[in-house]
Amino acid sequence: MSTRGQGEANRSMDYESYEHDVLVIGAGGAGLRAAIEASSAGVSVGLVCKSLLGKAHTVMAEGGMAAALANVDDRDDWKVHFADTMRGGQYLNNWRMAELHAQEAPARARELEAWGAVFDRTKDGRILQRNFGGHKYPRLAHVGDRTGLEMIRTLQDHGIHQGIDVHMECTIVELLKDGDRVVGAFGYDRERGRFQLFSARAVVLASGGIGRAFKVTSNSWEYTGDGHALAYRAGADLMDMEFVQFHPTGMVWPPSVRGILVTEGVRGEGGVLRNSNGKRFMFEDIPDLYLSSTADDEEEGWRYTQGDKNSRRPPELLTRDHVARCIVREIKEGRGSPHQGVFLDIAWIKERLPNGAEHIKKKLPSMYHQFKQLAGIDITEEPMEVGPTTHYVMGGIRVDPDSQMSTVPGLFAAGECAAGLHGANRLGGNSLSDLLVFGQRAGQYAASFAKEQGAASINQGQVEEVARQALEPFERGEGNVEGPYQVQFDLQDMMQAQVGIVRTEGDIQKAIDEFPTLRSRADRVGVQGNREYNAGWHTALDLRNLLMVAEAVARSAILRRESRGAHFREDYLQKDAEQGKLNTVVRLDSSGEMQVKQEALPPVRGDLQEIIEDNK
Amino acid sequence: MTSATFRIWRGNAKGGKFQDYTTEVSEGMVVLDAVHQVQAEQANDLAVRWNCKAGKCGSCSAEVNGSPKLMCMTRLSSLPLDKPVTIEPMQAFPSIRDLVTDVSWNYQVKKEIQPFSPREPDSADGTWRMEQYDVERVQEFRKCIECFLCQDVCHVLRDHRLHGEFIGPRFFVYSAALEMHPLDTVDRTTELANDHGVGYCNITKCCTKVCPEEITITDNAIIPLKERVVDKMYDPLTKLLRMFRG
Repeated sequence: MSTRGQGEANRSMDYESYEHDVLVIGAGGAGLRAAIEASSAGVSVGLVCKSLLGKAHTVMAEGGMAAALANVDDRDDWKVHFADTMRGGQYLNNWRMAELHAQEAPARARELEAWGAVFDRTKDGRILQRNFGGHKYPRLAHVGDRTGLEMIRTLQDHGIHQGIDVHMECTIVELLKDGDRVVGAFGYDRERGRFQLFSARAVVLASGGIGRAFKVTSNSWEYTGDGHALAYRAGADLMDMEFVQFHPTGMVWPPSVRGILVTEGVRGEGGVLRNSNGKRFMFEDIPDLYLSSTADDEEEGWRYTQGDKNSRRPPELLTRDHVARCIVREIKEGRGSPHQGVFLDIAWIKERLPNGAEHIKKKLPSMYHQFKQLAGIDITEEPMEVGPTTHYVMGGIRVDPDSQMSTVPGLFAAGECAAGLHGANRLGGNSLSDLLVFGQRAGQYAASFAKEQGAASINQGQVEEVARQALEPFERGEGNVEGPYQVQFDLQDMMQAQVGIVRTEGDIQKAIDEFPTLRSRADRVGVQGNREYNAGWHTALDLRNLLMVAEAVARSAILRRESRGAHFREDYLQKDAEQGKLNTVVRLDSSGEMQVKQEALPPVRGDLQEIIEDNK
Repeated sequence: MTSATFRIWRGNAKGGKFQDYTTEVSEGMVVLDAVHQVQAEQANDLAVRWNCKAGKCGSCSAEVNGSPKLMCMTRLSSLPLDKPVTIEPMQAFPSIRDLVTDVSWNYQVKKEIQPFSPREPDSADGTWRMEQYDVERVQEFRKCIECFLCQDVCHVLRDHRLHGEFIGPRFFVYSAALEMHPLDTVDRTTELANDHGVGYCNITKCCTKVCPEEITITDNAIIPLKERVVDKMYDPLTKLLRMFRG
């Protein structure tokens, strides 16, 4: 195509139109589950995936899905799961979501089995459950260390027969509104770069996380906070954005794989953390909340991982926020491994188990392959080197706990992009169950909302404005301008350094001061080429979302003057009882500025408070 | 720092050509890292499909020096870097752009396979009992990450282009996972033989060799399916019975 022809094609504002009763944006576990539920309620459903179907980040989940099935330990029930979730979240959780989650997770797990999922089995043929950090009893239904793949494939293979219209490799750039209500979305397909207009009576956001705002992350290119930013710009509240989970164990070497996840399942199977002196440093600092439930010595910890019901968990299985900080401390104080991590040793269990090496390969097959292929390390022989990696955001779109509707009518959210369930820190295994429980609810309530609505009208002015803005990077690309990647890298470096695992007011303020500059750079980036599968263009468009969510994280972080869960302030080391009664709320004010303020948590219902006290 | 040259195919369905990019390489890098580096530094609009970068999502399939590979799991240290590393899209599927191919055919095929349908629950609470031993056979197949490298290498698709008559190794693995699922009640052998072309496979095991999940595709999935087809459709005794029953 001639340069001139290409220029014209690049400028085309034409779009294809689709109409659905419910539009689901995001096709990981939550989006698929929502789409299946909405479809079964008899409404027409469109499912938009940023990638191909079945590739969303749910496939990366390794350890398992938490559900109080009580198959392995019959002392477990939803109440204990509820109390564990609240304790893990340092009581900032939305109690109603934690209650619904604990109550409904078992049914959602069994339903997956009815749809073809093949979990590992107990000796009596039921779904096997494993230990995980912060869970009192073995609670995680799993398939080796590839539980997420099993889940997304099961939902995908079930979902394709439910009459759902799937739009693969499609990115939404803006939600469309009619008055207060969300009535659709506008985006483009990656393949040709053509615009697409979706009109819908209800929209469910299930777009996942924001990991790409940081330099070291387990998240792929997709996780640029799209759903958070779309909701924010549509006027919805975001909540608790300061709580970003740094998973304690990511790969640290070689450099190109830095950040890739090493499942908590390694520690669940008996893996231990050591510093360069060979010391199991996790025994040195055990938080008060967990003193009574943590093993006294290595021997008791080992027995726990092998299923001894009378033993308590080893300190490696404390919550993720705490383990990550202990690792940072060891590295900072000079006791780290050669590549700025610590050692995670599973090979040692060969001393205790006759077929140790085979056992490791069987229980942790993908970890075995990951290290063998990417780092040249045999984990049945040598320890791994690991360090914290940005993994998950607890904060997100503020939703009604029962219906998952945001503060904007017709806009629902489920899964990682929604806030509330996990409070200040998410327990491992509570994400897969979150996706199913609240995906199902969002689908159900979005479908009933859609049924009650009349047809909405699409504002053509808004559509044209969004399309025009989306094409601006091409207009600028013809001059000698900065590309989008350098801005993205600079943002990631800044967030990692100033708003990372250990935060201070000075550092966070420095980051906040940088945003105007980064934003104006992002507003000026240009891209070359045409609209077909052009990663440069996509990165330029995603940048706006990434900057918005990063700023929400920083502005929320500076407001919370205490250390709680994943939010650790070196200048406010302790928890503060008053701050513990407040959520942080972010919203776009009428003058177009970001407004951040603290609002009181809803008080916990009496009977649930009793459950919390009973389990303390 | 040393540098290496990557000969990357650039183009779309209408045609294209290889283009050389030289970039710095460091210890531990994989092919996908090199492609990303080229994309960030020299060719912002280079099209490449990827997600997890850990061999778990199966998005970054391509042909590296002529072999079907996941780019994220192919370390540069496993390749000779004294000559250009060629990277081109999968050949069994239509080109979209650069390294990205149109794999939508696979999604169509899957829809045509009869879905899972379980027997009645074993217990009053609606749950089933299965032995670990019985689920392991199926779990091997369910490791599949749908990278479609097995489809790419299969000569029935790659060379003979029989996409209309043959579902390919990926969907034999999928069918086997359903057929051997301890709870499933559907019999798919007739369509495997008549519509899905299991007979076209002449067990050269190319698919097994390229599977990044090390699924024993030919021996564990395709051959047992072929045996089921033979047992059901060509067994003389069954045939006779069928004649009588009409």
